[in-house]
Amino acid sequence: MLRTLSRVSELPIIVKQLQKVRNCKAAVAVTNKTLVTVTNTNQQQHTKQANSSSNNSNNYSINRNNKYNNHWTTQQQQLKNHLRFDSRRSYSSSFFGLFQNAAQSGVAKTNNYATEATVQVNRPFKLHRLEEGPETTVKLTKDEALKYYTQMQTIRRIETAAGNLYKEKIIRGFCHLYSGQEACAVGMKAAMRDVDNIISAYRVHGWTYLMGVPPLGVLGELTGVQSGCARGKGGSMHMYSPNFFGGNGIVGAQVPLGTGVALACKYKGNGGMCLALYGDGAANQGQVFEAYNMAYLWKLPVIFVCENNNYGMGTSSERASCNTDYYTRGDALPGIWVDGMDVLAVRSATEFAIKYVNEQGPLVMETNTYRYSGHSMSDPGTSYRTREEIQEVRQKRDPITSFKELCIELGLITTDEVKAIDLKVRKEVDEATALAKGGTELALSHLWTDVYSNCLEPKLRGTNGYNIDHIQERKGVNH
Amino acid sequence: MLRSRLTQAASAAQRAFSTSPKVLAVKQMTVRDGLNSALDDELARDDRVFLLGEEVAQYDGAYKVSRGLWKKYGDKRIIDTPITEMGFAGIAVGAAMAGLRPICEFMTFNFSMQAIDHVINSAAKTFYMSAGAVNVPIVFRGPNGASAGVAAQHSQCFAAWYAHCPGLKVVSPYDTEDARGLLKSAIRDPDPVVVLENELLYGTAFPVDDSVADVDFLIPIGKAKIMRPGKDITIVAHSKAVETALLSAAELAKKGIEAEIINLRSIRPLDMETIFNSVRKTHHLITVENGWPQHGVGAEICARFMEDQAFFELDAPVWRCCGVDVPMPYTKSLELNALPREHDVTAAALKVLGSKAGKK
Repeated sequence: MLRTLSRVSELPIIVKQLQKVRNCKAAVAVTNKTLVTVTNTNQQQHTKQANSSSNNSNNYSINRNNKYNNHWTTQQQQLKNHLRFDSRRSYSSSFFGLFQNAAQSGVAKTNNYATEATVQVNRPFKLHRLEEGPETTVKLTKDEALKYYTQMQTIRRIETAAGNLYKEKIIRGFCHLYSGQEACAVGMKAAMRDVDNIISAYRVHGWTYLMGVPPLGVLGELTGVQSGCARGKGGSMHMYSPNFFGGNGIVGAQVPLGTGVALACKYKGNGGMCLALYGDGAANQGQVFEAYNMAYLWKLPVIFVCENNNYGMGTSSERASCNTDYYTRGDALPGIWVDGMDVLAVRSATEFAIKYVNEQGPLVMETNTYRYSGHSMSDPGTSYRTREEIQEVRQKRDPITSFKELCIELGLITTDEVKAIDLKVRKEVDEATALAKGGTELALSHLWTDVYSNCLEPKLRGTNGYNIDHIQERKGVNH
Repeated sequence: MLRSRLTQAASAAQRAFSTSPKVLAVKQMTVRDGLNSALDDELARDDRVFLLGEEVAQYDGAYKVSRGLWKKYGDKRIIDTPITEMGFAGIAVGAAMAGLRPICEFMTFNFSMQAIDHVINSAAKTFYMSAGAVNVPIVFRGPNGASAGVAAQHSQCFAAWYAHCPGLKVVSPYDTEDARGLLKSAIRDPDPVVVLENELLYGTAFPVDDSVADVDFLIPIGKAKIMRPGKDITIVAHSKAVETALLSAAELAKKGIEAEIINLRSIRPLDMETIFNSVRKTHHLITVENGWPQHGVGAEICARFMEDQAFFELDAPVWRCCGVDVPMPYTKSLELNALPREHDVTAAALKVLGSKAGKK
């Protein structure tokens, strides 16, 4: 696998290399070495070969577009004088630190008021049956940066709160955390338009929040109280909102369902599409392939998104799939491999995919990611993988940390702004957590409320007789 | 032989109608045409309605139920799927969640087992799980129950399976009127409805009233129909077993016993009120179905009597006539004995009536 690491401002050579890589599937497939290309201030290039596959967290080619100042310093000393962020020094604990000198040359700036930057995605996309792939050079505005950071941080906080509530035995039953995978959802959501839809599996707290449900709606659903988005009746895996067709507790079932949502989009001619998400575990369900097949035959606007977090419960992808290149498993369907820890790469790939599926039909998108927690709360997540592995990803590939560092480095967000967001998110989620903990459950009569949109049963049966009158409170959106 | 029995049944049904002088002028329509015209009406009425399934379009339907519809409505509304039940059932449910009104045809309900997860977990439960936010207006339909000479995997009644699950509605039409009226109601219903048709009856012509042809002819889901009034014993049946019950009623009539035949039409909701009212008159009840006995439709009716005041109206235990509790054999003579026939029903009726039978 060829990975290009670049931390300098304008590197047309590198960009060209990337373009080349993007268009050369064979090249991408054959090497498992990491190519690290660094250019110093004198435009000298150093190329290093490294075997590690995890040292990719902060690999950006940066082209700052600063309305005040767009010139780049050439003197390292000068650069040091302009260093503004202490946080950059903490890079020394990571791989990033190894290239600090070179890095410093790349982020030279004379002020920090950038409103827009051009960024190179972390790792090149890999393509299957595609001539052209997503843009590897993407724009990022300050507003977007603030938004994505806030969203990812909120998801992380919600999941942390959920984990704690579970440990306190306030959340019952299922609770699958998304921590580590935030960039996937936030990146996809960033590309979605109003007409687009999404359906996912059982790891949906983050998506629910992104699709418009406030943290209390998510946490309240988890604690089973009325403030939950399904009023506490659905629980962890059954949350819904407009254009969001839920989590689904049956592994793989959401894939044909999402394909059906896409069929509805095409049928209505509203220009929308559907993201049908599943994990590397569900990728082996037969109905996933059934859905691929029909979606392709009928040219449905559906993006099959395999969020590959490397483990289906405790079974590593290598132990579960004869082909772990999930983006190639659609057979005739084209596919894209995306670094799922890079929110901008996911956004870029999704933008490409949305356009593609609306014009040409379905494709498969694999987002390579990682979950920090176990499969569910009953799984410590350490019997089938090592603590070191988890720690390494946390340190080197964390989607939030790397994005934060990038934004600071680009001058799009200041450390003060980061702190303010962190505080605001923490406060919001803490408040939601308190409300979710203190919320009340639905009245008993809701046990027999809204079983049918149009109930024809004269009586529902209680535990010891036909003594219940069905209550109709809602009709449903499709009544 | 089968054909002659069907003709007998049809004429038995006609006799049931013959109390009304109008019937003589009534025209005949096959169940197949009843279903086909119902689909046609509803496709024309609501452009969110579409049909998908194996061979429904260019082949005109494996059993020709959708004959002519593809030519009339085209690829968008009549969709041929590959042989991929779980996938297309899921797609249909997803489309329903997103605002369409799919009719998902299973070539036979035997194959619906490949897709039962989507019927139960995706379709039936979503409205409740979403606290009333997302209802799923979908119809799953196709032939159900034993056909002839097709052995164990293709001969089975799924009424009890689907009726077990709250959130679903399950109908099981017997004749043309049922088939047309129930299918139209099912398509207009905002909840998931399973329509269990019977392959052996598709080609049977039944007399239909002019009103049945009306584009807004609907049969309410959850209401049974008294096919033949009687005062001595109530016989409850659904689908093809209604024919068996009617034939038995004709036999019983020769013995001076007037059986009241109730065609359930809906399995869920189950119209117990009609059955209770009948038993208040007859004080005797037997159930007839082609499905297996354990946890079956008859078992459910028995249980309902045990729990209701109507229990005290019974002068004898309720008795079930069911399919024999074995997988369906291919062997012709064994197959013939695997499902209840009219003499089985007659025997059960005589047994339940006991000494009273002789007095009739």
